Amino acid sequence: MAVFLAALSLCIAAALSAAALPRQWRVPVSAFLGSLGCLLAFGVAMSILITGDVVTFHSAQVLPLTGLSLTLDPLGAWFVLASSFVGVAACVYNVGYAKGAMASRTALTLFMVFVLTLLAVPAASSVMSLMFCWELMALSSLLLILTDQSRHPDARSAALWYGAMTQAGAAAILLGLLVMTSNAGGQNFADLSAHAAALSPVMRSFAFALILLGFSSKAGAVPLHVWLPKAHPEAPSPVSALMSSSMVAMGVYGIIRVGDDLLHGGTVWWWIAVALLGVVSAFYGALHATTSTDLKRLLAYSTIDIVGLVLIGVGAAGALNDSGQHAVAHLAMTAALLLVVAHAAFKGALFLAAGAVERASGTRDLDLLGGLIHSMPLTALVVVISAGAIMAVPTLSGFSSEWLLLQGLLHGFDVSSTPTVIVMLLGVIALALTGGLTAVAFVKAFGIGFLGQARSPGALGAREVPTSMVLAMGWLVIPSVVIGVVPGLLVPLLNRAAASALDTAVSSPLARGTDLVVARFGGAIEPAALVVGLVAVMLLAWVLNRGLAQRRARRVDAWACGRDLQTPRMQYTATSFAEPLQRVFADVLRPQTDVEVTHVAESRYYEQSLMYENRVVDVLEARGYRPLIAAALRVGRGARRIQNGSIHRYLAFGFVALLVILVVVG
Amino acid sequence: MLTKERLHARHASVVLPLAPMVILASSVMAVAISPLVSTHPLLGSSADILVIVYLLLTGSAAAALAGLDAGTAFGGMGSSRAMTIGALAEPALLVAVIALSIQSGTSNLPGIMVSTLAHPDWVLGPSRLLALGALLIVVIAETGRIPVDNPSTHLELTMVHEAMILEYAGPELALVSLGEAMRLGLLFSLLANLFVPWGIATHPTAASIVLGTAFLALKAVLVALGVALIEVRSAKLRLFRLPELLAGGFVLSVLAVVTGLVTR
Repeated sequence: MAVFLAALSLCIAAALSAAALPRQWRVPVSAFLGSLGCLLAFGVAMSILITGDVVTFHSAQVLPLTGLSLTLDPLGAWFVLASSFVGVAACVYNVGYAKGAMASRTALTLFMVFVLTLLAVPAASSVMSLMFCWELMALSSLLLILTDQSRHPDARSAALWYGAMTQAGAAAILLGLLVMTSNAGGQNFADLSAHAAALSPVMRSFAFALILLGFSSKAGAVPLHVWLPKAHPEAPSPVSALMSSSMVAMGVYGIIRVGDDLLHGGTVWWWIAVALLGVVSAFYGALHATTSTDLKRLLAYSTIDIVGLVLIGVGAAGALNDSGQHAVAHLAMTAALLLVVAHAAFKGALFLAAGAVERASGTRDLDLLGGLIHSMPLTALVVVISAGAIMAVPTLSGFSSEWLLLQGLLHGFDVSSTPTVIVMLLGVIALALTGGLTAVAFVKAFGIGFLGQARSPGALGAREVPTSMVLAMGWLVIPSVVIGVVPGLLVPLLNRAAASALDTAVSSPLARGTDLVVARFGGAIEPAALVVGLVAVMLLAWVLNRGLAQRRARRVDAWACGRDLQTPRMQYTATSFAEPLQRVFADVLRPQTDVEVTHVAESRYYEQSLMYENRVVDVLEARGYRPLIAAALRVGRGARRIQNGSIHRYLAFGFVALLVILVVVG
Repeated sequence: MLTKERLHARHASVVLPLAPMVILASSVMAVAISPLVSTHPLLGSSADILVIVYLLLTGSAAAALAGLDAGTAFGGMGSSRAMTIGALAEPALLVAVIALSIQSGTSNLPGIMVSTLAHPDWVLGPSRLLALGALLIVVIAETGRIPVDNPSTHLELTMVHEAMILEYAGPELALVSLGEAMRLGLLFSLLANLFVPWGIATHPTAASIVLGTAFLALKAVLVALGVALIEVRSAKLRLFRLPELLAGGFVLSVLAVVTGLVTR
């Protein structure tokens, strides 16, 4: 534990140095201390996952009344692994990125506090400690969204949405934990876990429902996702990366910790609810990602998609565990956990790359980008690999985890309860549907953003970003490749984390080695062999291509159907690329399209100008949240009527309230 | 074509020469790990349906990126259309094969074929027939045949796949075409082997492999004839009518899974 505390202290030191040092020192020093702290935390998490030890720490000095309790078990360590790895990259990235508002004292200090809380939340082991770290995480990220308001005018409304949702979520979590605390006699997780069985089933389900509500809103599960596509894009890029890769994982962590560990699994219906949330999120997120034209918004929606897949895995694991299928449950949980780490790496890399693009070209609107591969080849390489991982290209990390998830779901069909089977089926369908949609979204993101010709002066003048930013992005590409090519190396670590999550001692159906082999079901993938084969064929193709032609390629004009003129304006844009899918799924997306034609005065056959506008707004926001907000405002205005400022009236209210209390109590 | 001069569009990047290699490599590897002639594929035991589906998807994504690389209107049009069709066809493909794997209890393709050999009565079951219908639609869509796409069209505006690879010439076009041809052969053979696996070599002896090759050729030709018949009998569909066809395929595949689960 001493090492983990040292890691946390380094992050605190980083925050203090950011607050104290002069401008030119504060960025590199805080980045150095912060990344060192994250590296240490990574090492601790690794050693806990390898040895299976559980370390604890309690200090009465840190928090008043209850003190701070930290416990790191393999489940928590797995999530620390994810957030510390991304934390290193975010800190290093900041060296090159932090300029202007992001290099200010406040922003840098908050940033380091945010990194610190992401390491501390999975280790918190009492209600008070968890809520303290949780709220600190929410507050620091909320303020970080507001860092650069002058350049991001939408940040203020995004922060408002985020603030409202995260506070409502925290209240729900607190209430749920209090329900559990009420008969436990203590507020440590150990007490809660020991006394959970004594709660009545209704109260247990009530507590789980509240906690699910709170944590799934942080994870960005539909329909509690509305804040996510607003808040993640508006934050500075290293913050977006941490929010999207680590903070949403904390929501998943909370569901697993409370549902599986503290409440011991509960009933099948809880997990069916979790998996259904996952199915809806996966489909909704993937669909919106395909039509988004803002690069970071696209990434934010794709986060909702992946979180959905993770929740399908968690839900399937819980339901199967409750039905007695422990081995398959273990497999599904393994898949969910692997996907969390894989997603943390590739989404972190993509958000950092989006920040690099924004820094280099001044925009993140795909319709204004293009041709960046020529000026930013390294960033382009990072995006290709990470996008490949998210599209589940075999031999990259997304594929390994999705394959495991499919194995879990397929063998979940053997369970006898019909509702569980239906959920498994929906999970498989969601997995299949999102696969194709994600491919469209990321072919669009890379193809429109990085290939072709520049669509704006900003994109034309883009230059590669500083080395520290490139290094940070490169660091996050490592897991995508490692988990993709030799996923078997992580199996022992995954087994410990999954066993600690499901609270069972079932041996994993996964065999050890470098490949993923589920011997019991005759399923196997051998990505390392696949890589060798792919490289061999590509080399052969290269020889065929270069060797026989024996000439450098001649540059010619692209085919334009006989016309001479080709301007960048004629290219497909992100909007037009996704237009066919937008039409196909018009019932879900409800796009609003306006075409306005102004004719020349002399003849109706010639147009003077043509305006086309296409908007895709979040249906759930427009139909679900707006009426809710309007109703809340109405109630607020109604309440104003009884609050006229007269001191006599308030005294009368107080008197009546006292009477009511006396009557009720007496 | 391999000895012709290589021509690159003016604004193209390294993606243009790289994409044909990726397309070819993904097709070759998909073929290498598939059980075509024998239930012991050429390479290892990872003949998982998910690997093959996503390898083919990788090839399609590479082609789509190549289409966007030159920065022309036609390339983008082809990419957009091909990715849309792919996004709608891929779920149907995956779910249809999952319908088969539920019966067999594994997503490993040789496993599915071996268990079908052991249970000939499965072939005419309702789940199999529904999955066959779905897979047929998917195979037509994925290989770009009429009524989804017309591979021999000369009008850019009606192209899907051809528009995407419009910028290719010489050896690079040869690699792309080879990759696409292998993909077509693979999908036809898999369609045949998944539903009528008889004739496939279950033991790695020389005689059975020769026999397996002969049977495979026969079956693939029969599938090709069937697809040709469909091409002759139908006209190309409007692009925005395609989702209905592909959604039909998807619904068939979901029904196949449901009936598979019910009749299990």
